[in-house]
Amino acid sequence: MERRISLPRWAAARIVGHILAFIARFITAVRGDWRGIEPVPRQRIYYANHVSNADMPMIWTVLPSPMRRQTRPVAAADYWLKNPLRTFAGRDVFKAVLIDRRPDHRVEDPVEKMLEALDEGSSLILFPEGNRNMTDDPLLPFRAGLYNVGKARPHVDLVPTWVANLNEIMPKGEIIPLPLICTVTFGTPIHVGPNETKDAFLARAARDLVALAPPKPDPEP
Amino acid sequence: MIQMTDTVGDILFLGAGVVALLTALTIFGEAMRLRVPDNQINPVLETFMQRVHSWWAMVVLLALAVLSGMFGVILLFAFASFAALREFLTFAYKRQADHLSLALAFFVILPLQYLFVGLGWTGLFTVFIPVYAFLLLPIVSALRGDPSRFLARVAETQWGLMICVFCISHVPALITIDMPGYADRSVLLLVFFALVVQLGDLIEYFAGRRIGKRRIAPGLSPKTLEGMICGVASAVVIGGLLAWITPFGVLGAAAMAGLASVTGMFGNLVFAAIKRDRGLKDWSHLIPGQGGFLDQLDSVIFAAPVFYHVSRLIWS
Repeated sequence: MERRISLPRWAAARIVGHILAFIARFITAVRGDWRGIEPVPRQRIYYANHVSNADMPMIWTVLPSPMRRQTRPVAAADYWLKNPLRTFAGRDVFKAVLIDRRPDHRVEDPVEKMLEALDEGSSLILFPEGNRNMTDDPLLPFRAGLYNVGKARPHVDLVPTWVANLNEIMPKGEIIPLPLICTVTFGTPIHVGPNETKDAFLARAARDLVALAPPKPDPEP
Repeated sequence: MIQMTDTVGDILFLGAGVVALLTALTIFGEAMRLRVPDNQINPVLETFMQRVHSWWAMVVLLALAVLSGMFGVILLFAFASFAALREFLTFAYKRQADHLSLALAFFVILPLQYLFVGLGWTGLFTVFIPVYAFLLLPIVSALRGDPSRFLARVAETQWGLMICVFCISHVPALITIDMPGYADRSVLLLVFFALVVQLGDLIEYFAGRRIGKRRIAPGLSPKTLEGMICGVASAVVIGGLLAWITPFGVLGAAAMAGLASVTGMFGNLVFAAIKRDRGLKDWSHLIPGQGGFLDQLDSVIFAAPVFYHVSRLIWS
């Protein structure tokens, strides 16, 4: 991956990556809570809730550096290839697996691209809701990708990953991020059962993810 | 930088005393570690050692800040306020309509409060948050037009600002008190305050564990009457011994130390109630072994404004 780009671009990407992680830590004091697994370099798919564009950098920041280098977020090509700056951040800094969200336009199958990245030895960060969740529900219905990839590569751990507080740090429509504490909680890995249907598996994956959410402060008696 | 004066000499002397104390605690902890079998870990001991390491970091930071003068002290406590407010507001009740007023709290009110303290504008920094921020932030929230639990939201924001910014800023404000014949030594007042409150807390904690029986607020905190009496008595004695760095005289210094220690312990109790209500054990994990900044500062927060105003009323 790294050899495909020029040395200055590669160096700039590494430096920008460290600066982004530092800013994320300084503003949100982001912390990884390894509740269900250890932070060890095993091949994994971290599947997470998605409320803000800052979700992925937060997960990326709390991964220990050697693991971070081997972990690639799965992200939308239409967003990350929009201008040269985003292309630099998406392709070079985060080394994202860029997929096309529009089925009628795409030439490559997203599942094939994810499997290709897994077969190169990378771990993945995946947002199975597909879009940012703007509703009051904890999660949107999951897309099928997590099931398809999990079924095709059953040895890969599927790790539920809950990013807390980001909808308060940067709600939709706000410009200034609030410096509140963000916690990324990693749960116990799951795998697709031998006879499990797609719907049953996706429901179980969503349940395991929501179970990691911290309770909301609410003055309701 | 302050020149090499009596003040700096006294700071270094006190620093040496604190370093000796921490060295003794570190050696004690390491000696205890040697008695633990190789393949085992004693969790109580490890927590204790983590705390000692955090104390080392705090003492070094405070010493550097105090020696670098007003600017360093302001910067250190402004950062402590920022970290404390971040912890408090993370667990406060808020809605999107409060976004702008919370951003103002972090990025405008907090820096301005420390600017006013740094400039020594006493008439402004003592009323800025209780009056101006108190009136402004609810207006900003109300303009967004979301009435849902409005009073609870603005009350929690204001409480966070009072606790984390207003109260904490009274620690560096101690330097700005003008006391006759005390001149550049006012920075020592800060050292005195920090030492008596923290040492009183520490002794209260250990005495409470060993001889404590009667809980002062059962169901809320393990604090006991016996522990508190020991802690405050120790603070009084330590305050009396440190009277030479204060303008208070021996009896005055002992009384001020006792006052700071008592207010601090009740502050700790109030925070125990808030944490219990929110289902928190610690506010965050930023200080290893101690929890968050608020867990570390709760007693200082309550003691600082009282200590500041009594000092000013009687001795300035």
